[in-house]
Amino acid sequence: MNQVVHTGAEGFLHRYEGLKDRLPGARLPWLAALRAKAAESFRAQGFPTRRVEAWHYTDLRQVTQATFDEALTLVEDDIVLPKAHTANRVVFVDGRLRSDLSSWPTMATVASQIGRIEGRVMLPAEPMAALNTMLFEDGMLLNIPAGTDAGVLEILSIASASPRPTAFHLRHIVQLHQGAKLTVLEVNQGPDGTRYLHNPVWQVEVGEGATFTHARLQQEGRLAFQLGSIYATVAARGTYDNFTLNAGGRLVRNEIHTTLTGTGATCHMNGAQLLSDGQHADTTTFLDHAAPGCASRQTYKTVLTGKSRGVFQGKILVRQAAQQTDGYQMNQALLLSPDAEMDSKPQLEIYADDVKCSHGATVGELDGDQLFYLRARGIDEATARSMLVRAFLQEAVEGIADETLREALDSAVQGWWERQP
Amino acid sequence: MLKIEGLTATVDGKEILKGIDLEVPTGEVHAIMGPNGSGKSTLSYVLAGRDGYEVTGGTATFNGVDLLGKAPEERAALGVFLAFQYPVELPGVGNANFLRTALNAVRRGRGESELDAMQFLKVARARMKELSMPEDMLKRGVNVGFSGGEKKRNEVLQMALLAPKLAILDETDSGLDIDALKIASDGVNALRGPDFSALVITHYQRLLTYIVPDRVHVLMAGRIVRSGGKELALELEASGYGAPQAA
Repeated sequence: MNQVVHTGAEGFLHRYEGLKDRLPGARLPWLAALRAKAAESFRAQGFPTRRVEAWHYTDLRQVTQATFDEALTLVEDDIVLPKAHTANRVVFVDGRLRSDLSSWPTMATVASQIGRIEGRVMLPAEPMAALNTMLFEDGMLLNIPAGTDAGVLEILSIASASPRPTAFHLRHIVQLHQGAKLTVLEVNQGPDGTRYLHNPVWQVEVGEGATFTHARLQQEGRLAFQLGSIYATVAARGTYDNFTLNAGGRLVRNEIHTTLTGTGATCHMNGAQLLSDGQHADTTTFLDHAAPGCASRQTYKTVLTGKSRGVFQGKILVRQAAQQTDGYQMNQALLLSPDAEMDSKPQLEIYADDVKCSHGATVGELDGDQLFYLRARGIDEATARSMLVRAFLQEAVEGIADETLREALDSAVQGWWERQP
Repeated sequence: MLKIEGLTATVDGKEILKGIDLEVPTGEVHAIMGPNGSGKSTLSYVLAGRDGYEVTGGTATFNGVDLLGKAPEERAALGVFLAFQYPVELPGVGNANFLRTALNAVRRGRGESELDAMQFLKVARARMKELSMPEDMLKRGVNVGFSGGEKKRNEVLQMALLAPKLAILDETDSGLDIDALKIASDGVNALRGPDFSALVITHYQRLLTYIVPDRVHVLMAGRIVRSGGKELALELEASGYGAPQAA
């Protein structure tokens, strides 16, 4: 019997056809219809190629030439979990909730979502989000009532050491009602020897005066692909604080779409990419100022060693209605190796006339004067270099007020540095 | 003792030091004076081991140990300290973290135990008080947003903490008002003793009224052209460097 090997978009569509009656929520007509619509969208677009402008710097052929299994039917029992950063942690293994390994606040608003998410699942236009909608198995629904401070929650996604390459597509939905507060530490990990695709989508809705702090530690295994997307809206006087550390994976894309929809909304999107030999990491942000008097701050820092490649694309759109916009975007790269490469593409599109919008990009090496200054004080070269790399990252990190997040981030940075040859 | 013999060095292929001979015996403070472009700063960078300063001939030893083949941090561990003319700003590196890392590196080199954060703060605060430095300078980034005078005082603080055997002060007086100059000089004078030597590089005599040197050397066009006692500095102040004279 000949087994047909399905790769690329065809492979995923093939598996969707085979799995669609078994996918979570398959009996819910609205969800089945949504998945069918997502399949249509994904079939029409396929995986993006470099001819698509938004994907010019990131080549997905490594992903499209591989074969994957949806992890739906796999059960991994002896998974070793990393130490929890917070008291409350929700654990997903290969994209499925493991409530036996999780603990979360007893508040009813935090629950695994399938069956409770009717009317809340969106289908974004982008192909990776369509793929996610077509196949998502699980995720969190974090629905925080008005005026509630829901504290800190860790969400761990971990891949098992599966012998076959797996793909999983978490869908998280976060809704903060008026004045609500929530901090999420999202940790993504997996074994170094396993090839898998993690394709998570976050939908984030920050209500009036609400604050969502979202830190992501991307520490996927060395062979892993992660193509993650966030779709966020922020209402009047609300705040969305996103920090992403891209430290793992072989091919990674962190795509964030944020729309400021109400007067006085604020968005911070900061991040650090720490890349080693053979890695490719892409941060792509779309910031849509759709209401007046909003402020956005973006600071992204990339450190590259070996033969690695970093990408930053950041577009700020200021609509005509968005007067008194205060926008700032900075992306900086530090090349620690002559073989490393950084591509950056900032873009401003401004239709309002009373705005303050600035952006900047730098690519450089460690400063010889700074290095000499430290060494002249007796600090050995390796320590001096690590001090300067950390200093370079400082500006992106200093906005993180939460102690738990800072510590988690610090140890991730430290871990990356120690792994360098 | 610092012993320099026939030292020649180039920067970007241009010969700046053209054969320096100089001895600073242990326990003595020597001044090097000279006009702009005479090679004063080059000499200090060559002794501290900065990249881009190529030694093309001659030797420099400290207590019999060859300095020129050593990495900058190894020279620091031997007790050599360069107070920079233009201290470098290190945004994102906290001053306290920097000072403690440096101090512990040098202490390790001397076979002494490292100081923990509390022990370090105690020592640092005491030194800062002597130098009339506000305590919040520990919390700021190294030299970031410091005035010229604050940067120089931060250099003197580092010197006081690291307690070097040989201090090279590269125009430490530039940018200092008279009060800051006194404070900085007191910092240097406090280290003076039988085991401490210093090479004070300056353009002006002014500093040498506060740090009184045992010997004064005149550097011109890459060579020491005159040497004398402390009175030589006063003479130069009165008559200028003038044309090179026979040594």
